[in-house]
Amino acid sequence: MKYIDEFRDPGQARVLVQCIAKLADQIASLRSAPLQIMEFCGGHTHTIFRYGIEQVLPKSIELVHGPGCPVCVLPREAVDRCVALAERPGVIMTTFGDAMRVPGSRKNLLQAKAEGADVRMVYSPLDALSIARNTPDKEVVFFALGFETTMPSTALTLQQAHDERLQNFSMLCNHVTTPPVLTEILQDNQLQLDGFIAPGHVAMIIGEQPFQFVACDYGKPLVISGFEPVDVLQAMLMLLTQIHQGRSQVENQYLRIVRQSGNTSAQMALCDVFDIGEKVTIRDRYARFDAMVRFAGHCHSEALPVSISEPSYCAEVLKGRIRPLQCPLFGKHCSPGDPQSALMVSSEGACAAYYQYGKAEAMA
Amino acid sequence: MCLGVPGQIVSISDHKSHLAVVDISGVKREVNVSCVMDEGEPVMELIGVWVLVHVGFAMSRLDEEEARRTLELLSDLGEFQEGLS
Amino acid sequence: MKEIITLAHGAGGKAMESLIQHVFVPAFHGVEHAVLEDQARISLRLLAEHGDRLAFTTDSYVVDPLFFPGGDIGMLAVNGTINDLAVGGAMPLYMSCAMVLEEGLPIETLQRVVDSMAEAAKAAQVNIVTGDTKVVPRGQCDKLYINTTGIGVIDSGVQISSQRARSGDVIIVNGSIGDHGAAIVSARADLKLEASIRSDTQSLSELVQIMLRACPDIHCMRDATRGGVAAVLNELADASQCTMYVNEKSIPISSDVRGVCEILGFDPLYLANEGKLIAVVPEPVAELVLGAMRQHPSGAGSAIIGQVVDQQGSAVVMETQFGAKRVINRLVGEQFPRIC
Repeated sequence: MKYIDEFRDPGQARVLVQCIAKLADQIASLRSAPLQIMEFCGGHTHTIFRYGIEQVLPKSIELVHGPGCPVCVLPREAVDRCVALAERPGVIMTTFGDAMRVPGSRKNLLQAKAEGADVRMVYSPLDALSIARNTPDKEVVFFALGFETTMPSTALTLQQAHDERLQNFSMLCNHVTTPPVLTEILQDNQLQLDGFIAPGHVAMIIGEQPFQFVACDYGKPLVISGFEPVDVLQAMLMLLTQIHQGRSQVENQYLRIVRQSGNTSAQMALCDVFDIGEKVTIRDRYARFDAMVRFAGHCHSEALPVSISEPSYCAEVLKGRIRPLQCPLFGKHCSPGDPQSALMVSSEGACAAYYQYGKAEAMA
Repeated sequence: MCLGVPGQIVSISDHKSHLAVVDISGVKREVNVSCVMDEGEPVMELIGVWVLVHVGFAMSRLDEEEARRTLELLSDLGEFQEGLS
Repeated sequence: MKEIITLAHGAGGKAMESLIQHVFVPAFHGVEHAVLEDQARISLRLLAEHGDRLAFTTDSYVVDPLFFPGGDIGMLAVNGTINDLAVGGAMPLYMSCAMVLEEGLPIETLQRVVDSMAEAAKAAQVNIVTGDTKVVPRGQCDKLYINTTGIGVIDSGVQISSQRARSGDVIIVNGSIGDHGAAIVSARADLKLEASIRSDTQSLSELVQIMLRACPDIHCMRDATRGGVAAVLNELADASQCTMYVNEKSIPISSDVRGVCEILGFDPLYLANEGKLIAVVPEPVAELVLGAMRQHPSGAGSAIIGQVVDQQGSAVVMETQFGAKRVINRLVGEQFPRIC
């Protein structure tokens, strides 16, 4: 496959690993502890595990898996609200496949579907719009999640719904933006990170500028990376080069996709539809497409107070403070068939990745 | 949010709605191309362009020249390494 | 007005009799032509000519859509049951066909499915000799469900068992993986994919006989259906308590199946197949078996994909293109399209 296979070439990867190893050696001779590099994005976590990148990197580099998995950061209340709406008669709940197994307080969407709720998986929010057009007598709700990569698709779909004056379509907005999550990581005193591999598809939308604070304010180098294994390794090499040269800059490895200013037409759609601050909400002019407004009072959550409801180990893993294998519940009381939280069911979740791929490290 | 696949636009299916057909390794899918259209440029100009597809939208044009440059850089690195060993 | 199935067709009276005589009997000739008893009767002596053990299997088919690129539910129902027999080393001989029909199903649809079953059975030289038809009210089943039960005979000396994988054995697949799963997924209207992927549904009976002629002592064989190649490898590793090493580079996969997987985030190891088997054969005869397989249309794309490495406990490990190792678990539940 063009523009994929070239960036999965094992020969190319081997060369990069050799370069990384040499540089890592030089850096290690001046340090007492391994380098701590965080790959922020779950998509990168997935690549690292699928191709066994951690196994081929030198021991002087430790990868810290970050929280950039939009499914993993979904609070239980969000799933509860979704389930509550899905269970209402006359509602068709549409969602990406990723959200189906994420635990809610009582049940997940898959269970709700088995019990009779009309829950349908879609590949695109436009498909949810299509369902709304074809079933005018039903209320169609789309469970919108994702970081900035996915937000433009939601925004453009909402704009289309607005232009078509659709009367039966709305969205449950659970989008999250990257800078606040990154800031939380950077302000965490328990983490001593030496650099970041940053999500290329988020940068594709927002550009390089929103990442500058990482280098300027916190003095950490950051490289925007593509998602194929050669991309991640090249980004790692660029990061190590910065560290070796004592630089802290934002660099772009994913030049074939990411423009410095990002995608301006996507950004305009985001500004038009969303109010983006610490949280992402739908603007007033699109209020009738906001399921929280449309169904006010009916999307309740039965979530217990946070201290009881969210297992704390999950939060620790999400922030990179502990590894999945260090969680006492891993494999015993938490597995893909019986998960404590989304970390064990999302394809980008660190725990799911360790469960799926990580056993081999023990065997290797 | 990272599952994006490169594909090539092969036809325009609906000018008004900005919908085009993308070919990804022989599999075709209709996608919305609003995000990759240049200001004032007719949609037809997109035929043949490589894009990154995510959730039914073309989110970015793939710069083939940059791709070539990246691969060349990597290839040079390979030769350099070989030269050293 | 289009002719449709009504509750009368399942009621045991004239309507049902007519359905059987006009739709089923012409398609499925049987051991006793058109004389319908309550049971099919098969000579034990005839069976004993083929071997010393009866193989007996059953399966139900509920696929949606009924017709998809490369096949239909009828072909699946016949080939699937034939293959379950064949991978035990049995010569498939006779089948039953029981159907549950939804009220309102066009008779033309039923005829298409039945004709397809007849064609598949004829190609595999298997006779469909008995059956049953039930009709349920509209909405109580999804168009059409089929159960096929098959019998075959295993030749003495053939000892294929999931417990027989041994250290050093070679693992072979007869062609590209994930075709059926990818074909079904791309036929789903809601995903709006346009692909020319065809299901690989086929009878493996002839291929298996060729393999047994090349090596009568094949250790293990399974057809890789739901759960994909990953499920079969895990089943064999569990039963034989062995570790299987699989080489990612050597697993055959077609480019458009790859395309579907890349778009939807699927792993082809977990996609369903309907005409693929995994065989575990002693190392000294592996090349011989492979050569014989490649001579047959059902085995043209055969490849060695790995080896059994030890008997220390059950595991399936894949060596990635990068030389790293990853464990291939069974899936929990089914694969969903993902965006992350």
